[in-house]
Amino acid sequence: MAGRNISVSETSRPKLPRHAKLRFDETRQVWVILAPERVLAPDEIAVEVLQLCDGERSVADMVDQLAAKYAAPREAISTDVIAMLQDLADKGFLIEEREKTP
Amino acid sequence: MSDILTEGKTAAAPNDGLTVLEQRRSTATSYGIPLAVLAELTHRCPLQCPYCSNPVELDRAGNELTTEEWKKVMTELVELGVLQIHFSGGEPTARKDLVELVRHASDVGLYTNLITSAVLLTKEKLAALADAGLCHVQISFQGNEPVVAERVAGLKNSHEKKIQAARWTRELELPLTVNAVMHRQNLHQLSDIIQMAVDLEADRLEVANVQYYGWALKNRAALMPTIEQIEETSRIVEEAQARLKGVLAIDYVVPDYYALRPKKCMGGWGRQFFNISPAGKVLPCHAAESITGLQFESVRSNHSIAWIWQNSEAFNRYRGTEWMPEPCKSCEFREIDFGGCRCQAFALTGDASNTDPACTLSPLHEKIFKLAETEAAGGNNRFLYRNFAGGTLETDGDHGA
Repeated sequence: MAGRNISVSETSRPKLPRHAKLRFDETRQVWVILAPERVLAPDEIAVEVLQLCDGERSVADMVDQLAAKYAAPREAISTDVIAMLQDLADKGFLIEEREKTP
Repeated sequence: MSDILTEGKTAAAPNDGLTVLEQRRSTATSYGIPLAVLAELTHRCPLQCPYCSNPVELDRAGNELTTEEWKKVMTELVELGVLQIHFSGGEPTARKDLVELVRHASDVGLYTNLITSAVLLTKEKLAALADAGLCHVQISFQGNEPVVAERVAGLKNSHEKKIQAARWTRELELPLTVNAVMHRQNLHQLSDIIQMAVDLEADRLEVANVQYYGWALKNRAALMPTIEQIEETSRIVEEAQARLKGVLAIDYVVPDYYALRPKKCMGGWGRQFFNISPAGKVLPCHAAESITGLQFESVRSNHSIAWIWQNSEAFNRYRGTEWMPEPCKSCEFREIDFGGCRCQAFALTGDASNTDPACTLSPLHEKIFKLAETEAAGGNNRFLYRNFAGGTLETDGDHGA
């Protein structure tokens, strides 16, 4: 099954599937992920990472960007980001951009 | 960094988004801003499932809210802070204006979910719904093959249509949940139903044991599983959840009568969710009208939906914990489960403020457990099919289909 059951690595280009919407909730003043029968409240760092998940950008690019922004060791950021994205992928809230057929 | 997402805390109670939002200092106290609304667009349905969650007194087509009324409702819901709308029924695709309603919901910013039997869908209709912004499709199945499935649904050729509609859903890259309603007469198919969901490339499977309200309460003797079946079900579900991690998410709804603790029904009365009936009544849950003596306001009244949510007598009657008698009043779990389900307490004890007998602390718990065992062993397999005429009893040669 293309696009699902992904193993997140630095070369992954993850994005949110149609059924998971990242949105700022004006009424409650929080970021939420809307999913079937669920409303999740990701924290600020998760929101920042998820906003980078557009299906184009690779995890490596995201890590570079975050490491530069926070002047933090790249390796630590990479480990944390991959663990977080894998957790979301296992729960079905992240998919990989389908391979373009040549 | 597993704690980077507070989402981790919701894993144990996936429906309790409010708890997460409360932790984030929303204004919620005894009640907050509702998260989701179940919009029952119609009670019309080509299926006749004996466990239907609709009330026994169904709303007639002539009383249904109009397209413009539903659009106004959705605009109000967004102003109130509602995030998600579930289009349900009856069969929501029986409404000719469904695409228009989904488009309006998308336009005003609601997350849209279609809860459907799928037998009226065509690929063109599904494509139009996808174009209108539909976020998610949930298709009910009555079994994994036509013999059992179509006897339960009371409709010939329904199973194949559902399979076809599920395939179209995936072809259109719409997310799919398979909703399997389980009871004594189809629990033996559970393993095959799980495999069916995998084969259909569903994202999610709901294994939902029948909840005994409305039509299901009338059919309880024909539906109640045995305790052995429930033990086997839990084993199968746990095994499949581990095996299918990352492939198929499985949510499991346990049956009340064999539970030890009651469910946190609707996340607490008037706390996170509400329901709008086909004729526009605003209800704390879809079964609330079964509680006699409560008056429910309509979206056709002079009140706004926000006013009804905040101020109406029906919503405030069982909110929070102030209304509770013993043993709930002094119970350490009173804010965990809010005493269980008001409709079930009313149906089984005659008083909606009593502890839900699903709880071991209810004086009636032992009695309903015995009742379940007796009915499960009774061998009465005949269904009363759901329809506008008050139900039709299954006959030997005719399975309603």
